Amino acid sequence: MSLHRRDILLAMGVTLVGACSKVADSGGSTVFDTAEDLHRKAQRLFQSRTALVKEYSPEDISPFFRGNGTTRPAEASYALSAANGFADWRLTVGGLVDNPLAFSIENIRRLPQRTQITRHDCVEGWSAIGQWTGPQLSLVLDAAGLQDSARFIVFRCADELNGNAYYESIDLLDAYHPQTIIAHQLNGEPLPIRNGAPLRMRIERQLGYKHAKYLTGIEAVASLDGIGGGEGGYWEDRGYQWYAGI
Amino acid sequence: MTPQPEREAAVTAPFPPRHRASTRIWHWVNFACIVILFMSGLNISNAHPWLYWGDAGFLPEDAWFAVMRFPGWATIPDYYSLAAARDWHLTAALPYAVGLLFIWISMLANRHFCRDIATRGREWDRNAIKQDVRNHLRFEFDPADGKYNFFQKLSYGLVYGVMLPLMIFTGMAISPGWEPALGWMIELMGGRQSARSLHFITAWAIFVFFVLHVALVFVSGPIGQMRSMILGNRK
Repeated sequence: MSLHRRDILLAMGVTLVGACSKVADSGGSTVFDTAEDLHRKAQRLFQSRTALVKEYSPEDISPFFRGNGTTRPAEASYALSAANGFADWRLTVGGLVDNPLAFSIENIRRLPQRTQITRHDCVEGWSAIGQWTGPQLSLVLDAAGLQDSARFIVFRCADELNGNAYYESIDLLDAYHPQTIIAHQLNGEPLPIRNGAPLRMRIERQLGYKHAKYLTGIEAVASLDGIGGGEGGYWEDRGYQWYAGI
Repeated sequence: MTPQPEREAAVTAPFPPRHRASTRIWHWVNFACIVILFMSGLNISNAHPWLYWGDAGFLPEDAWFAVMRFPGWATIPDYYSLAAARDWHLTAALPYAVGLLFIWISMLANRHFCRDIATRGREWDRNAIKQDVRNHLRFEFDPADGKYNFFQKLSYGLVYGVMLPLMIFTGMAISPGWEPALGWMIELMGGRQSARSLHFITAWAIFVFFVLHVALVFVSGPIGQMRSMILGNRK
């Protein structure tokens, strides 16, 4: 009897070891991807699509908002634009949309605004609280008219990290979340350069690396293949999770 | 196809299985999960080895604790990689959480919790506890009735009821995607950075339990103990 049961347990042990060694080689990415999907689905199953993250009071704002990743884009064109107060900055909205658009910073400021005091959580573990102001992304997407085939929104950025263009992407559920805004102000002032001047994304239910800074383009796409390394973002191409709500 | 373990044991062994199949399977799955979670967690800790209280924090001078940098031999993977460590951590978190739910349901259903782990009022008597301490110091652990002694019940109760679930809840509290649903819980913990600190502290509390647990298995007949946790039968 114990022999029989021992066989079962042995088989279980072998399966476990087998599973682990499988995870360790390239096939493991599928196990990890499945887990990432399950986390995302669980979060969305138990919460409404438009449920808001906590908004703090002014006294909770961090006295200094740390910059991470690129804190000053090295490109000469960026420095030139910054020197001109970003008067020539253009944010384009294109890809799978009916009406491609281009906004100056002044145009962005004239759109209906949302101001929110939220907590920024970095993948490294730290948090900072800031007040962000800007139009909702949904407003801009609706103005451009998303086509039915669009499934993801890609954010193009002016900065390069280690010689590669920074970019990010989210799905439409996060794109249409009420707190997903194109921020041009931090704590009532134009964005500091270290925090992404003149425009950056706020995607409040995900970790900091999703909140693309130095935003130049918003692109609706059907698939993330063929963009950058194909994983949906600069850090995703370097092994980080595409869904960063965990 | 799979034989009913309890029934078979009753036929072939004079004693009922010391640990039920559900307990044994969960024990080893949970063991594997905890090893992966702990070691990948140490790798994640290396990404920002400072702990804070409250909602926010990012300056080392605001930290209540500067964590040591964990060496490669203690982490998964064995080199610093926040991306890979998070893959391992978030993947192992799922069987860990589902497993904990499973063992709680089965140990309430099969009365393992009420019968063997829940303490009785009389066990909280000061003299009884003193006697238990004396027994422990003499390395006598098994009460005459073959059941768990007071400290075993207390520590298993704390592990099942507080430490293991707290790892899940603090882990969810750190995840920004859970924030809309769990805002109240995060506040109860004192904010996200407090939840992160609690996640770290509880992980080490589980590590301490793990060390004591393994040490006590060694001093109380490791072969018999391993046998009963793997095969279930007492003899």
